[in-house]
Amino acid sequence: MDLHTVGSLRAARTRDDLRLAPGEAVLGGGSWLFSEPQPAVSGLVDLTTMGWEPWTIHAGGLSVSATCTIAQLLEPPAPTDWTAAPLFRQCAEAFLMSFKIWNTATVGGNLCLALPAGAMISLATGLDAEAVIWTPDGGERREPVASFVRGVQSTSLRGGEVLRSIEFPLEALQGRAAFRTMALTPLGRSSAVVTARLGSDGRTTLGLTAATTRPHVFHFGQPPTDDAVQRALATVDDWYDDAHGAPDWRAAVSLGLAYDVCEELRSS
Amino acid sequence: MTIGINGTPHDATPRPGQCLRTYLREQGSVEVKKGCDAGDCGACSVLVDGMPTHSCIFPAVRAEGRDVTTVAGLGTPDRLHPVQQRFVDAAGFQCGFCTAGMIVTASTLEDVAPADLSRVMKGNLCRCTGYRSIRDAIAGTVNTCRPAAGEAYGSSVAAPAGTRVVTGREHFTMDGPSALDEPATGLLHIAVLGSPHAHALVTSIDVTRAAGLPGVHLVLTHHDVPDILFSTGRHEDRLDDPDDTRMIDPVLRFRGQRVAVVVADSVAIAQAACRLVDVTYETREAVFDPHEARRPGAPLVHGDKDAAVSRISEPGRNVVAQLHGEHGDVDTALAAAHVTVSGTWQTARVTHAALETHGARAWLADDGSLVVRTSSQVPFLVRTELARILELPIDRVRVVVGRVGGGFGGKQELIVEDLVGLATLRTGRPVQYELTREDQFTIVPCRHPMTVSVTLGASADGTLTAMAVDVLSDTGAYGNHGPGVMFHGCHESVAVYRCANKRVDAEAVYTHNLPSGAFRGYGLGQVIFGIESAMDELARTLGIDPVELRRRNVIVPGDPMVVTAVEDSDLTYGSYGLDQCLDLVEEALASGRGEVAPAGWSVGTGSAIAMIATIPPRGHHSNVTVSVGPDGVYTVDVGTAEFGNGTTTVHVQLVAQELATTPDRVRVRQSDTATAGYDTGAYGSTGSVVAGKAVQIAAERLRSALLAAAGGGRLGPDGVARPDGSFAPFHELVGEGLSADGSHDGTPRSIAFNVHGFRVAVDPSTGEVRILQSVQAADAGVVINPEQLRGQVEGGTAQGIGSALYEEMTLRDGEVLTRTFRDYRVPQMADIPVTEVLFADTVDQLGPRGAKSMSEAPYNPVAPALANAIRDATGVRPHELPMSRVRLWRLLNP
Repeated sequence: MDLHTVGSLRAARTRDDLRLAPGEAVLGGGSWLFSEPQPAVSGLVDLTTMGWEPWTIHAGGLSVSATCTIAQLLEPPAPTDWTAAPLFRQCAEAFLMSFKIWNTATVGGNLCLALPAGAMISLATGLDAEAVIWTPDGGERREPVASFVRGVQSTSLRGGEVLRSIEFPLEALQGRAAFRTMALTPLGRSSAVVTARLGSDGRTTLGLTAATTRPHVFHFGQPPTDDAVQRALATVDDWYDDAHGAPDWRAAVSLGLAYDVCEELRSS
Repeated sequence: MTIGINGTPHDATPRPGQCLRTYLREQGSVEVKKGCDAGDCGACSVLVDGMPTHSCIFPAVRAEGRDVTTVAGLGTPDRLHPVQQRFVDAAGFQCGFCTAGMIVTASTLEDVAPADLSRVMKGNLCRCTGYRSIRDAIAGTVNTCRPAAGEAYGSSVAAPAGTRVVTGREHFTMDGPSALDEPATGLLHIAVLGSPHAHALVTSIDVTRAAGLPGVHLVLTHHDVPDILFSTGRHEDRLDDPDDTRMIDPVLRFRGQRVAVVVADSVAIAQAACRLVDVTYETREAVFDPHEARRPGAPLVHGDKDAAVSRISEPGRNVVAQLHGEHGDVDTALAAAHVTVSGTWQTARVTHAALETHGARAWLADDGSLVVRTSSQVPFLVRTELARILELPIDRVRVVVGRVGGGFGGKQELIVEDLVGLATLRTGRPVQYELTREDQFTIVPCRHPMTVSVTLGASADGTLTAMAVDVLSDTGAYGNHGPGVMFHGCHESVAVYRCANKRVDAEAVYTHNLPSGAFRGYGLGQVIFGIESAMDELARTLGIDPVELRRRNVIVPGDPMVVTAVEDSDLTYGSYGLDQCLDLVEEALASGRGEVAPAGWSVGTGSAIAMIATIPPRGHHSNVTVSVGPDGVYTVDVGTAEFGNGTTTVHVQLVAQELATTPDRVRVRQSDTATAGYDTGAYGSTGSVVAGKAVQIAAERLRSALLAAAGGGRLGPDGVARPDGSFAPFHELVGEGLSADGSHDGTPRSIAFNVHGFRVAVDPSTGEVRILQSVQAADAGVVINPEQLRGQVEGGTAQGIGSALYEEMTLRDGEVLTRTFRDYRVPQMADIPVTEVLFADTVDQLGPRGAKSMSEAPYNPVAPALANAIRDATGVRPHELPMSRVRLWRLLNP
C-alpha cells in the first residue's frame, strides 16, 4: 500500500548513508514495510542500493547479506557435504507468502521484523547462525540470531545499528537436519516450527520458533530421548498467543513435532 | 528514468512511499487490482522484468528502468495469451476480480505437477470458485462450449465477459471513467476519522486545523449531515430494517464508526487532515456479549431511539427483533418422547472477503443530477435510499454498477454511497471513497454470530415429535439485516422438518461490536448448523442412520410448511428433489471414492441438509426489456447486478434459447438505474428466478412479435423462415428495432434443496482435519448451465469449509484484531478439496424453464455436515465454529 506519510527516499551507498534521521526507516525488500500502514515513518533509506553480494561461500561456511532475497538464498550451490542444506528450502516453504514474495523479501528483513513465524529466524537459529551488526561507530558486533531476536517484533538492534549479514557456520551446514512445521491450515502461517540438527560428534541442536515469542535452542550431547525433549520444552514459558494458535495447543503440537524431528535423527 | 508498462515507457516520477500498484493504476493500468493492498491476495500480481511480484508491496521507485507486464500486456481479447484462453475455456473465474493476478502468476509456471500447484498458487486468493476451475484452467481443461443457435439453455456457455475479464479490460467499480459522462479530472478523495472507542459521545469537535490543511476541500462532522435516520441494510421494503443509523452520529457505538469525514485532493491529504481533527470524547460503558446485552442494567446501544419510529423491537433491552411462537405443545411432546437430545451451538463472526472492497465514485451530470457509480448488489435500492437521505427527487439520482468484484451479501448495504453523494453535492466535484481491506474487516458488516440451542424429541421409530429452537443473534452496533437474518435463519431450517410440535424463541440483539449484516445464506447457515447437528445426535441416540432419519422426517409435497404456525404463504412445492439429493449423497459416500486416511487418524462420515426458498419473501421485482436490431443482435436491459453469480450468462442463454440464436448475438446492459427497468437487485439468489424469469417473459413476447411481423414461420439467427419458403431478415422485420418487456414480482416462490456429505480423517494429536471426500447434491430444478452451477456449488462449499474450519474474526472489547488476510484464513487453493457435485433431476413449475435459484444455498449444509463427520470420526461432537485445530485438539484432549 502507499505509505502516505513518507516524503523522502534515500538510496544508501555508504555506511554514512545509513545514519537515520528522525522518522526514517530502513527499506529492505519492502514486503512488510509496504504491507501495513506506517504512520510514524516519514522517510525511507534504501538498503538494497548498498550493493552487497547476496551470499558468499567461504571456508568457514556461508555468509548471507541482510539484503539477500529469499529467492537468492536458495541459489547457492551447496557442496555435497552440506547435508543440512535442505533446511533452506524447507524454511522458505514455511513462509505463508508464496514464491513471488521470495523475489523481494529479504533474509535480513525477516530477522529484523522478528515475528515469531519468521521462517528465516527458524533457519538461522536451527543452524546456529550469527548476526553481524554494523554499529554506528563504524565497527561491528556479532551475536547469535537466537538472542538477536528478543521477542515479538523486538531485536537487540540499538539506535543506528544495521544488520549487515548472517553467518552460517560450516559445522552446522555439515550436520544432518530434520524439520517439522504446523499451522492452522495446510500451508498457512506457521504456528510452530521445530528443527533438529545432528553433528558428526552426535551433539544435537533442537530449535523451536513460531510457537514462542522468541527463538529457543536446546543443545544435547546426543539425539535426545522423548523424555529429554519433554523436559527441555517444559522450560519454555513464552508460548505465543495470536491469530495463528493458542498457547496450550502450540505447546502440545510443538512437543509432538520435537519428538518427530528427534526420532528422525535417531533413526537416520 | 522511465518505467515501461506493457512496452510503453512512462516518465511520471513515483512518489517516495508509493507502491507499484497505485503507480500502475495512475498510469491507466487499472487491470492491476487492489484486493488487500498488503501482499496477501495476489490480485495485483505483475511481472517486473519477467519476475512475478505483488505490486502492492513493491516500491514503485524500484521499477524505474525496468519493464512491467500486466495481464493486459499478456494478450488482448482478439489475441489471447494461451493462459488467458484457458481461463476462458475452463470458466476459471466467477466475479473475475482475482483473475488478472491469477493469470499473471500462472503465466510464469512451467511444468508444475498438479500436486505442487497448491503450493505455488498459495499467494493468490479466490473467494468465488473454490479453485477447482482455476486448477482446470491451469491444466488446460475445457469446461465450456459454444452451442448452436437455439441450444444455449442447459449447456455450459462461457461468461459473456470472459475475454474482457481475462485481459483486464472489464472495468470494475474503481477502474475509472467508463462510457458515461464522468469527469476524468478534478477527482477528490475521502478519508474517515473512525471512533477509537466502542461507546462514546462526541462532546466537542473542532475541524479548524483539518480544514486549513492545503488540499482539503470539505470536512464533515455530525453537525454537517442531514438529521435523518436510515439503515445501511437495503431491502425491497425499506421498513424491513430499523432506522437506527445517522450518516455521522455524535453517539459512537462501535470502534471505527465515522467521527469526521475529510474530502481532499488526495487520500494522503485527507488522511493527514483526519489526524488534525480535534475531538473530545465522553466514553461510556459498552457491552460486547450478546447474552449480557439483553440482561437488565446492560448499557443500551440505541436506548435513545423510539421503538415505533425506528422500528426497534425493545430498545430498552437491546433487542432489535424477536420471534417467540409455538405450534402444538413442545413441552408435553418432549416429556412423552422416547428419546430427547439437546445442545447449544455457536457460530463465529466471519467476513465476506469479496476481493473487491466497497467503493464508490460520485459526480454531477450535465443537468446537475447526482450520479453514483458503486460496487453494489442493489443499485435501485441504493438510489431510493440515497434520494431519501440526501433529500433529492429520485429522478435526480442515478446509480450505476459495473462488474462487481464479489458480494456474498456484503454489498446489499449502503456503506460508502451516502458520503460520496453528499460530498459531491457540497463540493460540486467528483468524489471517490474506496475502502481498504482493513476497513472491510473493521467497519463493514460481517456475518451475524449466533448462539443456537436445539432440543429434539422423537419416538422409538424415529418420528420427530418435538423441536425447540432458541436463537440469539449478535447484530452488533446497528440493526441492518438484523431482523431479516434472524427471521430467515429460523424459517426454512425449521420448516424442512415435519414435526407436530415446534417452538422457536429468537432474538437479535445490539452490542457495541461492529455491525453484522447480510451474508450468504442469510441466517440459515447458522441455525442449520445447530439443527442438523442435533438431528445427527438424535440419529445416534436412536441408532438410526442419519440419512434415513432425515428421510423419515423431512417434509414432502403436500405437507404444510410450519415454523411456529401452519403458514398460508406464497411458498409452494414448485418442485421437490430432497429425496434424490439424500440418495445421491448416500450413494456417493458409500462408493468408497475419495482419498485414503493417513495411518493413525480417526475416520468418519457425516451429512446435513438445507432447504431454501427460491426467492426472498414479500416482493422482489424485475422489469426487463429485450430488443433486437436490424443486425439480429439482441440486447437485454436488466437492472440486476453481476457479481460473479453468473446471472449475465443465464440471461444470454434464456434469450438465445427462446429466440433461436447464438449467445454471441446477445448482449446485456445491466445495473444502471438510468437505462434499465426497476429491479430489486441481486440478493436472495434472484438473478435467475426473478430477473431471469422477466427476461424469459420478455423474450417470449419478442419472439411472438417477430413471428407476427413475419406473418408466421420459424425464427432463426438471421431472421424468420416463412412457411411459403420465403425468408424475412431482421432488417425487414424490425426496421430500426423491436423490443418487448417482461416483468416478474417474485411470487409465488418455490423451494430448493442441498445435501452435503463428507468423509474426514482427524489427527487427535493436533486437531487437524483432512477432508477425504466431499460431495454435494443440489436440487436446482432444470440446470441452466452445468459448469456455472457446479461453480456456484463449489464456491459455496469452499466458503462453507472456510467458515467451518478456518475463518474467524477475533475481537477484544469490540476491537477487531484480525485485520488482514494473513491473520484471517480465507481458504487458499491448498485448503479446498475437490467436491463431487451432483444434481437432482427435477423441473420447477415456477422458475424460468424449470430452473431454481442456487447461489447462496450450497454454503448452508457444509458446516454441520463437517461437524457430523468429525463427530463420527472422533466420538466427540463439536459445538463451536470454526472447528479449528486448536478447538478440536482441546475437545479431543480434555
